[in-house]
Amino acid sequence: MTLLLFTVLALIALVGAVGVVMSRNAVYSALFLLVNFATIAVMYFMLSAQFLGVVQVIIYAGAIVVLFLFVIMLIGGQIGPVTVGGRRYARLLALVLGAAFLLLVVLGLGAALPPGEAPLGAPQAGSVQAVGQELYTTYLIPFELASILLLVGMLGGVVLARRYRELGKD
Amino acid sequence: MIIVITSVIKSLVLILLLLTGFAYLTYYERKLLSRFQVRIGPNRAGPRGLLQPVADAVKAIFKEEVVPDHVDKVVYLLAPALSLIPALVAFAVVPLAPDLTIGNFTLRFHIADVNIALLYILAITSVGTYGIILGGWSSNNNYSLLGALRTASQMISYELPMGIILVAIILTTNIGRETGTLSLVEIVNQDRPWWLWLWLWLAFPMFFITMLAESNRSPFDLPETENELIAGFQIEYGGIKFALYFMAEYISMITGSAIMATLFFGGWHGPFATPGTWYGPIVGFGWLVLKIIVLLFLYIWVRASMPRIRYDQLLQFCWKILTPLSIAYLILTAIIVALAAP
Repeated sequence: MTLLLFTVLALIALVGAVGVVMSRNAVYSALFLLVNFATIAVMYFMLSAQFLGVVQVIIYAGAIVVLFLFVIMLIGGQIGPVTVGGRRYARLLALVLGAAFLLLVVLGLGAALPPGEAPLGAPQAGSVQAVGQELYTTYLIPFELASILLLVGMLGGVVLARRYRELGKD
Repeated sequence: MIIVITSVIKSLVLILLLLTGFAYLTYYERKLLSRFQVRIGPNRAGPRGLLQPVADAVKAIFKEEVVPDHVDKVVYLLAPALSLIPALVAFAVVPLAPDLTIGNFTLRFHIADVNIALLYILAITSVGTYGIILGGWSSNNNYSLLGALRTASQMISYELPMGIILVAIILTTNIGRETGTLSLVEIVNQDRPWWLWLWLWLAFPMFFITMLAESNRSPFDLPETENELIAGFQIEYGGIKFALYFMAEYISMITGSAIMATLFFGGWHGPFATPGTWYGPIVGFGWLVLKIIVLLFLYIWVRASMPRIRYDQLLQFCWKILTPLSIAYLILTAIIVALAAP
């Protein structure tokens, strides 16, 4: 049952991922990305990582893809399909670099994960309580550092937007 | 297996209830608005116009299906459904009545008691934006695109104070217990001291405003302002597709009221709604429905009394007043929770 569910979900996620790069219309790419994110959220639920699953939906589906769509619409996603020109060697280079990156990811994951079948998380390991406990005790310092990073990014956005507006006024 | 069957049956019953609720909410709103404006309102179809929603439904279903030539067909047809589904599924975590025990079988009046219910609601409301954005974009019409862009910024902005107030409510579930909870079923079952009720009611106006903005209700109905956008994202929609958008808006009003009733007014709790008795679930459900109807009255009252605000005022109000206020409320709540801890 789990294997069947996983296979179906993995296929949907793959179709979504391929759709992102194959679509000629930027809005369709964003929608395929949404499909991909949603399937991955379901996979988190299957691994009983409820918190991660819901946060995946809130952040990626609820905020990031909405912002993508927002930007695509503002810069004119409705004009029509985007055509990509390109020289032959550029495509070849992209293929080689892509394959190298895939190799890197596979090797990295292979080194990080324990050998054999991955154990399913204990039913409570992915709950909000467990994640919160870990975040605020074991990983407190990295967690706070990451939030400072986000804050700096936000302030940078505000500064850039303000400067742009003041220049526009002159 | 039995859990799958009961869940499916419960979902079907709930969807039927919500759709009927939607139909009569339109009647309720039209009647109330006409009272506010010293009119009579619908009174032709059936006694006191009670069959008006049925007539409207028949009209919407039998209208000719028009798909304009210049639209993006797939997305255009998908968008109304994407708008309705989140409004319906958000109800899954709301407890409707106390449990009913018959012999050794316990019937629970909620579809899912998950420990992430409040996060689930946040996730669902954030996904609800898609129906409107995509509808506006796929219509390939400047007015509807503007409406869709307004929706995107409005919903994203108002989600922030809403989320912060929810965090404050989650914090208060910690008082007098070892751990807090995110489950609506447990939140309803917790006993709160009287001062906590008063403190929570302070946040209710703020939360209500964010709910108005999330369901695009007047005075925050800028995505569809008739006088500047001639209906915004739904210009190119007619017949049943328009009705689906309409349903999404009204059902999200019902869902929002149910969530507010559950968080701020004790859900199904009320006199005679005693758990463990045969009449408990019936009375409890009655209390919940009554609370929802009163909150829906608030929505309509606001619509009848308030002028629509300007778009920049809308965003300024959110970012410069509502967000700082909700952050201050969160900090004060945290202090109260820390003081109340044993």
